[in-house]
Amino acid sequence: MNLPVIIKFVIDLLAVLLLALGIKGLSKVKSARDANRLAAFAMSLSVLGLLSYYLGTSGIAIQSWIWIIIGSIIGSLFGAILAKKVPMTSMPETVALFNGCGGMSSLLVALGVAIFPISGGQENFDFFKSLINEFSISVSIFVGAITFTGSIVAMAKLQGWLSTPGWTQSKVRHFVNIVFAVASLIAFFDLINGNTSSIWLLVIVSSLLGIGVTLPIGGADMPVVISLLNSYSGIAAAAAGFVVDSQLLIVAGAMVGAAGLILTQVMCKGMNRSLVSVLFGGSLSAQTTASSGSGEYTNITSCSVEECALTLEAANKVIIVPGYGLAVAQAQHTLREVTKKLEQNGIEVVYAIHPVAGRMPGHMNVLLAEADVPYEQLKEMDVVNPDFPATDVVLVLGANDVVNPQAKNDSSSPLYGMPVLDVQEARTVFVIKRGMSAGYSGIKNDLFDLPNTSMVFGDAKKVLNDLIGELKDLGVGEK
Amino acid sequence: MSFISLLWVLLLGSLLGLELIGKVPPTLHTPLMSGANAISGITMLAALTLIVKAEGNVPLLIIGSVSLGFALFNVVGGFFVTDRMLAMFSRKPSNKK
Repeated sequence: MNLPVIIKFVIDLLAVLLLALGIKGLSKVKSARDANRLAAFAMSLSVLGLLSYYLGTSGIAIQSWIWIIIGSIIGSLFGAILAKKVPMTSMPETVALFNGCGGMSSLLVALGVAIFPISGGQENFDFFKSLINEFSISVSIFVGAITFTGSIVAMAKLQGWLSTPGWTQSKVRHFVNIVFAVASLIAFFDLINGNTSSIWLLVIVSSLLGIGVTLPIGGADMPVVISLLNSYSGIAAAAAGFVVDSQLLIVAGAMVGAAGLILTQVMCKGMNRSLVSVLFGGSLSAQTTASSGSGEYTNITSCSVEECALTLEAANKVIIVPGYGLAVAQAQHTLREVTKKLEQNGIEVVYAIHPVAGRMPGHMNVLLAEADVPYEQLKEMDVVNPDFPATDVVLVLGANDVVNPQAKNDSSSPLYGMPVLDVQEARTVFVIKRGMSAGYSGIKNDLFDLPNTSMVFGDAKKVLNDLIGELKDLGVGEK
Repeated sequence: MSFISLLWVLLLGSLLGLELIGKVPPTLHTPLMSGANAISGITMLAALTLIVKAEGNVPLLIIGSVSLGFALFNVVGGFFVTDRMLAMFSRKPSNKK
């Protein structure tokens, strides 16, 4: 062993260790931020290790340097700009986009190696001669393509660029996807047999499979899907590691793949959904409209902002239930102003955070933290649920399914069994909502029909602004 | 490296990944997902290898470069975004005290 080999070996080992510590640290609140930086450091270290290895052995041609620099600058620049500019509300789709690009990268590496077998290269770079390489190329293309198209579809659906087409909710989709899957298997084995022309078939069919599998999935389940696709991109990276014969790539890819799988499982549990029903069950809304029309609302009480303000003024304890509507309206700062006023009047204010409120787990925590809401006022569901009976007013802001009592009372409801916030136990519930449209699941919310519930119709931000005005008129928060 | 030893590497890597995450508070689901996602951009090493070994094959250089761009987009963007999310959590408790 010569020196460059030893140096690279040591650096690789160190990088693996740091990456593992990074993933571990990311799962604890205290260490998460440092762990993220540690992982980023490990990644740069691994690049330096690889470059120094080639500099010490074969050398790197000027031409190669040029292309390396072009690719790095463009990729990093776009990545950094997007990461800085994207609003917090669209975090899940951003992660999906990044993830898809990772898959695309693995796909391209495998394609490049497959199309242009390198002549007279290094001892290990003798591709199309061994079955193993063809196998890993096929896996890399297959998984990479699924990751890419799946992530892009997930992003487009979350952004609202793509809706759920009707046919994807019928049984037809299973048939279509099975056709794609079989076709990709055929292309897969054809490729391993040495028939290089089937590579394009594999690329196309596995891309279609990625679309076909992701398209029917409803928005509420999207975070789970993104997490699963994230796990896939790890697998694609590991496969690419076999293609270019890099242990570091294999270890890191396998680690992300396995950790992603665990995280997916954890997220599924939080939403009381099984992975199978997420992947093959289609979106919840379609099931309900098919099975039970669930009926119209019969007993809606709507009220003005003024009434809402009067009730709030007289309250001792107020619980805020934020949801996706709050995020969309970007009303977190306005909400904070309202709660500040209430607090100045000696009213106890607490935020009830449902584990899947918003469009991703932890969405509300991020959003409210942005508005400087003290960490201690954010209460998790299990902690806050016993408090509802002793609460005077609950303000539901753009949340819907997570406060639907059907999940507890109606065993025929598709939501049945999902843990929800028991807001109906409170004395008065105000639901601030733009209209009577259904939530994510598309299911009627029985809460709205209850006698102690009043609807305040309007955009969350506008209603909250009006509320501030009304509270001011009442002299709330002016000591 | 023989194929068999690479398989061992794969196996041990997977086991490590399974063990790393036990309990994750819901708050951290998204940052963890995004951080792990940034790490999966490690394919940038494969893209680099491709470029270095292309030996003047221009189409291959271009494919490698594009691949490197995609991977770095994933890595740089992923880490920045994760940091942005985590910055919001870590600021709170220190503010309060």
